[in-house]
Amino acid sequence: MIARLILQRLAISIVILFAVSLIIFFATVLLPGDPARAILGQQATPERIAAINEQMNLNEPPLTRYFLWLGGLFVGDLGTSVATGQPVSQLLSDRVGSSVVLMVAAALISVPAGVILGIVSALRRGKAVDNTVTGLSLVLAALPEFVVGIALVAFFSTTVFTILPAVTMRPPGTQVWDFPSQLILPIAVLVLVVTPYIARMMRATMLEVLDSGYVEMARLKGVPERRVIFRHALPHAIGPVAQVIAIQLAWMAGGVVVVEFLFRFPGLGQALIDAVDYRDVQVVQAVTMIVALIYVIVNLLADIVGILTNPKLRTGGDA
Amino acid sequence: MTTTPPPHTGAADRDSSVVEQRADLDPATTASAAAPSLATKDAHTGQRNTVLTRFWAQKQAKVGVIITAAVVLLAFLGPLFVPWATGYTTTEFVARPFQPDGIAGSDNLGRDVFTRFIGGGLTLLLYALLATLIGLILGVLFGMTAAYTGGWLDSLIMRSNDVLLAIPQLVFALLAITVLGPQGWVLVTVIGITHAPRIARVARSATLGVINEDYIRAAEMYAMPRLRLLTREIMPNITGPMAVEAGLRLTYSIGAIASLSFLGLGMQPPTADWGLMINENRIALSIQPWGVLLPVAAIALLTIGTNLIADSIARASATSNVGEQ
Repeated sequence: MIARLILQRLAISIVILFAVSLIIFFATVLLPGDPARAILGQQATPERIAAINEQMNLNEPPLTRYFLWLGGLFVGDLGTSVATGQPVSQLLSDRVGSSVVLMVAAALISVPAGVILGIVSALRRGKAVDNTVTGLSLVLAALPEFVVGIALVAFFSTTVFTILPAVTMRPPGTQVWDFPSQLILPIAVLVLVVTPYIARMMRATMLEVLDSGYVEMARLKGVPERRVIFRHALPHAIGPVAQVIAIQLAWMAGGVVVVEFLFRFPGLGQALIDAVDYRDVQVVQAVTMIVALIYVIVNLLADIVGILTNPKLRTGGDA
Repeated sequence: MTTTPPPHTGAADRDSSVVEQRADLDPATTASAAAPSLATKDAHTGQRNTVLTRFWAQKQAKVGVIITAAVVLLAFLGPLFVPWATGYTTTEFVARPFQPDGIAGSDNLGRDVFTRFIGGGLTLLLYALLATLIGLILGVLFGMTAAYTGGWLDSLIMRSNDVLLAIPQLVFALLAITVLGPQGWVLVTVIGITHAPRIARVARSATLGVINEDYIRAAEMYAMPRLRLLTREIMPNITGPMAVEAGLRLTYSIGAIASLSFLGLGMQPPTADWGLMINENRIALSIQPWGVLLPVAAIALLTIGTNLIADSIARASATSNVGEQ
């Protein structure tokens, strides 16, 4: 039962990724312009243009090119950057790591923080703690990430204090995580933007569960309150919250673009912005595809967590 | 929509759900002493109790409306004062870059920050409103159709939704901008389209909630044309959740369009625009902060205001709003 559900979700994920690849590829096929001429610039001779066209399969019909591109994705060949003439995979390889570090760190902080704040808030419903968490999360949830970012930069790096770096420096040969102080502000922005949603969802779900019949039953039986919360209430709340957490983490794959631009952080998002500026289609396609992949994987994990934690599925009965 | 929603069409069910929601809300709103007393009052005296009165009874609704109104007024009226009240146009060079001249100093090219600030909110606001409108129209249309028709069309619409949702809004917008360039209509359309699947989900579940009501059956028995049934019977009864969505999506539209301008891929120079101003002036944040702080504050207040309104509508119309980007 559980295995079948998980396999079903896996199949859906693969279909979604396939459809996304169709959208990404055929949206960019519409683009006017001649990639070969763009790569060669002034050195363009007819022979060299023909050679590049041959090398990049530009003479093939769109459908063939799509399948060549799709096939390339599986073996890590993401095409050639029109702006730099380098392979896209080489351009992105160390940037993916930097972005993932940022996102994973933010997730590791914001998921527990959001869940705990949500639970505390629900258990103290109507008290000062709850009002503070609810009000603050409502305000923070409204703010675009660059507003939060600028506020933090103004406060910690320039106008009020100057204790944290506002831009990321990465001398060649080093990694972003060699300079931990540079990571603090970018991670803080992501955490501040993501946590409110998780806390709000956790609070709402927890309130619903705490009002349910089985929690009342457990309390009437005299089960200790701690056990009521952790054993009876929490498992029912995890599934729906996992969904929201997934949406938020997947959203980070987009939000990280703005954060990286703001802090000049050498990651995927920065590469995407540069590529859009130069209309470097291959890079835009590749980054969009990677982001969609992250989204689908995170969602799949959330579905699996939801399936595994759902007490109704434990007995193998029909849910 | 010309007709105001009949608030208690689905008699018993709906009322009880409102009451339940109230029970949940009252402790949370004790800060505004009005809410509980209002609740007890109308229970006993039958005083008017509509979505509107419940909305206005919340302190956060009043705060939201006031700050939103202030920023909207600034954005709409500001451009009228340029240049005669401030003395400069938005693109005129008045000093050397980043000088503290005038009310709020000069910007990266030596233009007057205050002039550009009061002239720079209108486009953002109009674009955000248009994008939200496009998203609402598409989302409500597809969501209602999916729920009401059911079957393969429902599956098709919802699966297409899942596909669109797999690309984050901002990344989708960047893809569109790569292909079509950073024109106004591209920004508005792409943000609207990326809202649509999210709105369609809500519209679909709201429609499923009313679809088995007797008045829908009655309309079907009268052989009411489907389009008329959707627009006259179903639509008025899902205005609550849709109003919440409208508020939320407006908040996110403002954020998304301002973010794109901030990235240099939305509004283009030399336009005076809040998002773009932040991009242009942020290098001098430590020596001339006004060029950044004024537009940041305006965008922050605007989004907080619209989000407070959306949340208050959600509480007043008893729909759950936990937000989902």
